[in-house]
Amino acid sequence: MTAAADSARPVEPGVLPRRSFLQGEQAQGLALISPTFLYALILLLLPILVVIAHSFWTQDYLTIDRTLTLENYREALTEPMYRDLLMRSMAISFAVSVATVLLAYPVAYFISFHGGRHKNLWLFIIMVPFWTSYLLRVMAWKVILGYQGVLNTGLVGVGIIDEPSNAFLYNTTAVVIALTHAWAAFAILPIYVALEKVDRSLLEAARDLGDGPVRTFLRVTLPLSMPGVIAALLIVMIPTVGDYVTPRLVGGTEGVMIANAIQAQFGRAANWPLGAALSVTTMVAVSAMALVAVFILRAAARLAR
Amino acid sequence: MSDRPMIEVRDVTRSYGNFKALDNASLTIREGEFFSLLGPSGCGKTTLLRMIAGFDTPTNGAILIDGQKMAGIPANRRPTNMVFQSYAIFPHLNVEQNVGYGLKRLRLEKAEEKRRVDEALAQVELGGLGRRGAGELSGGQRQRVALARALVMRPKVLLLDEPLSALDKKLREQMQVELRHLQQSVGITFVLVTHDQYEALAMSDRIAVMFGGRIAQVDTPKQVYQRPVNRQVADFLGGMNFVRARIVGEAEGHIVVDTPGFGQVRAERPRQFAPSNGSATLGIRPERLRVLWDEETAKHQVSGTVVDRHYFGEITHLVVEIPGFEAPLSVTETNNFGADDIPVGAPIRLAYDPDALVAMAD
Amino acid sequence: MNAVLRRAAINWLPAYAALYILFLYGPVLLLPLFSVNDSATPTLPFAGFTWKWYEQLWGNREMINAAWNSVRVGLAAAILSTVLGICGARAVTRYRFAGKRAMSGLIMAPLVLPEIIVAISLLLVLLAFGMSLSLVTVTLGHVLICLPYSMVVLMSGFEGFDRSLEEASADLGETAFGTFRRVTLPMVAPAILASLLVSFTISFDEFIVAFFLSGTDPTLPIYIWGQLRFASRLPAVLALGTIMLIGSFLLVTIAELLRRRAVARTKTDGGLFV
Repeated sequence: MTAAADSARPVEPGVLPRRSFLQGEQAQGLALISPTFLYALILLLLPILVVIAHSFWTQDYLTIDRTLTLENYREALTEPMYRDLLMRSMAISFAVSVATVLLAYPVAYFISFHGGRHKNLWLFIIMVPFWTSYLLRVMAWKVILGYQGVLNTGLVGVGIIDEPSNAFLYNTTAVVIALTHAWAAFAILPIYVALEKVDRSLLEAARDLGDGPVRTFLRVTLPLSMPGVIAALLIVMIPTVGDYVTPRLVGGTEGVMIANAIQAQFGRAANWPLGAALSVTTMVAVSAMALVAVFILRAAARLAR
Repeated sequence: MSDRPMIEVRDVTRSYGNFKALDNASLTIREGEFFSLLGPSGCGKTTLLRMIAGFDTPTNGAILIDGQKMAGIPANRRPTNMVFQSYAIFPHLNVEQNVGYGLKRLRLEKAEEKRRVDEALAQVELGGLGRRGAGELSGGQRQRVALARALVMRPKVLLLDEPLSALDKKLREQMQVELRHLQQSVGITFVLVTHDQYEALAMSDRIAVMFGGRIAQVDTPKQVYQRPVNRQVADFLGGMNFVRARIVGEAEGHIVVDTPGFGQVRAERPRQFAPSNGSATLGIRPERLRVLWDEETAKHQVSGTVVDRHYFGEITHLVVEIPGFEAPLSVTETNNFGADDIPVGAPIRLAYDPDALVAMAD
Repeated sequence: MNAVLRRAAINWLPAYAALYILFLYGPVLLLPLFSVNDSATPTLPFAGFTWKWYEQLWGNREMINAAWNSVRVGLAAAILSTVLGICGARAVTRYRFAGKRAMSGLIMAPLVLPEIIVAISLLLVLLAFGMSLSLVTVTLGHVLICLPYSMVVLMSGFEGFDRSLEEASADLGETAFGTFRRVTLPMVAPAILASLLVSFTISFDEFIVAFFLSGTDPTLPIYIWGQLRFASRLPAVLALGTIMLIGSFLLVTIAELLRRRAVARTKTDGGLFV
């Protein structure tokens, strides 16, 4: 029996003997987390609120007009250029997240169920590229897909095509491929964690009750690992919608995404409120898409049972 | 063992919000005593132990160790040392360094420190393992290191928080004997927290049985087992047959009760006994009932029918229905006379000693 | 049928996993490959082996300047995010308090936010505070990005930390400071080092936040970004990228080994970020 079980609450050595224990723990915990929390509060939450505020303001050259208006949103949602960029960004982030999860699931499954004693080594090997520079990883795709790139010169050299093709680089497909590659490792982790939590005796129970391996997978493993699949989907979908580097390096004009437009508003165009409105719109849109995806996946998992 | 009090717990309450982990507990533990705090999970025994050690503070009341009030004295300045339930062996230190951890602060001479560490390791029969890493120890060895690490400090009181619960049954029984011998040879006051009644009965000089933050009974193992003050204590310490009884008379230190099965019985008047509405509970342990074979008779006997039988190797549990009794009686009989062969449905007679009948509060 | 299916599954999975790892590593490994290729463009077939692109880097003051900036930002960000991470991770793993989930949620949020959102919102606020963009503002942003990773590494080091170890130390007569020095610190030191290395790596490689928040002093990724406009400088960038890849690889490997040591000491298990 542990101390916690004995007293029904965790026992904490009282640093402040006169105060009640609960207060003590509460106060100590809050005191300890407060520097970190305040940092995130001041440099993350507050800035995001400022962005939201900006999105309702307007800018006249260098002065900000603080009259509340929906003008920026009207422009963000009706201007065909922004609408197209937003739709394309959502489509790309959707494609990338679905592709990443589909590609990652079998690997996570393999490591979790057949990784043996080397699970940690497998995970480490898969995670290493993730720690290398994102910029360099995207750049590698430029080297591969470019007009004078590895793919073209290789194909010409082997004689499959007569002259280098422009078809590989500077389009949406290139963006999707590069992004899928960039996020591939990261999606494995949540799925792996969820699969690790699946009690192996449940699978034996399913087999015992007459399900074959495929049905066991569909009826037990997959639904139980669904939280991991959902987490992986979100962890890829939300950040990729705002990717800036990949479309700039391998997207060309066809693969431009919303982040490039946002950057332009904070740079050359110098229209911060519009940039803020585009940012907020993007976040709201991708959150809505994520919610729908989560809903559909949950429903699918329920049906599979 | 002397009669000098080593630990005095005076009206100690520990509350967390509305929840009282310990409710007005008072207790005196004598110098050189092996004392156990026994009770189920959540009874407050660990809370009490941690307050003696200085890891928790009473909301009300006082704790004295060797006559000195402990309020405001932190754990590192108390004359107590603890063997933790998890053993808390420092994983980054080897056995020697673990045992010598507390001595480092005393700034002893190197040779003296080494001598004391070796002596403590020898005491727990770990001589020669000083260089072992913490990760290379078995469960039993970890327990011994934790013990040596505390003993080497020569505390006035050694506190043991469920020290045997992580060991397997055989090792646990062996360690019970060793711990008892160790305590007798070092003469230090031991306070043991356990939820295992056999452990408490086997090792202790005295036991405090606790329920729901209150101390129900403090007595020698034999008294606690044979003369429980109430049904809860009786139940926690093993099987007990209970019979409702009507009080028909009271005398000096005794009461006379009438039961539908055992008839009129003169029983020792239970302590903490407030005769309310004239009723009490009469109890008898299953092993204090004896099967009468063939023509054998006894002065005090009841007869009935075997309704169930459970075989446990060296003993057999019989469940016997007796006319007039509200519930069937449990009987434990050793198997050397063939109790395991008594068929269910057979008539049976049981002998009992009226002295084994104990009256207690409900 | 079941046996056939199962065998197929068992054979199929390792092969797939191997392909997946090839997919992960292949493109990245092209950088070192072409960084020693004696050709101004990364084209097949190989034109021969050369160190000349690396030699070109050597005398490049602009590049060395940027690298030095990145090192300074990386060190500052690593130290700050680790210190803040220690507070946060210790609070989360050891204490119960109201609002814990919400607070740690906010601290971990940069993990799932598009970096551009973090970058532009910080930009707006820092400018509103009247701060001019410099390596300091880059560092502030990098700490935000590194914090979730520091938290995860440190939490895995602190998680299994048996509280009774500290109690045992106090019980044996050690003071609070002595306990920290003799028990707590040696046990969590590997996790702290791992957090420093991981945050340094992230900060050193980070582009977007630096891109928005840096003033006139570029960090190394910003320098590379600038070079990408000139096709002729690609081989030199590949050489630089190779050095960065090797550096990141070494740091992360050391970090993982340290973190495992921390975990082994506190007796829980899992990989980096598991």
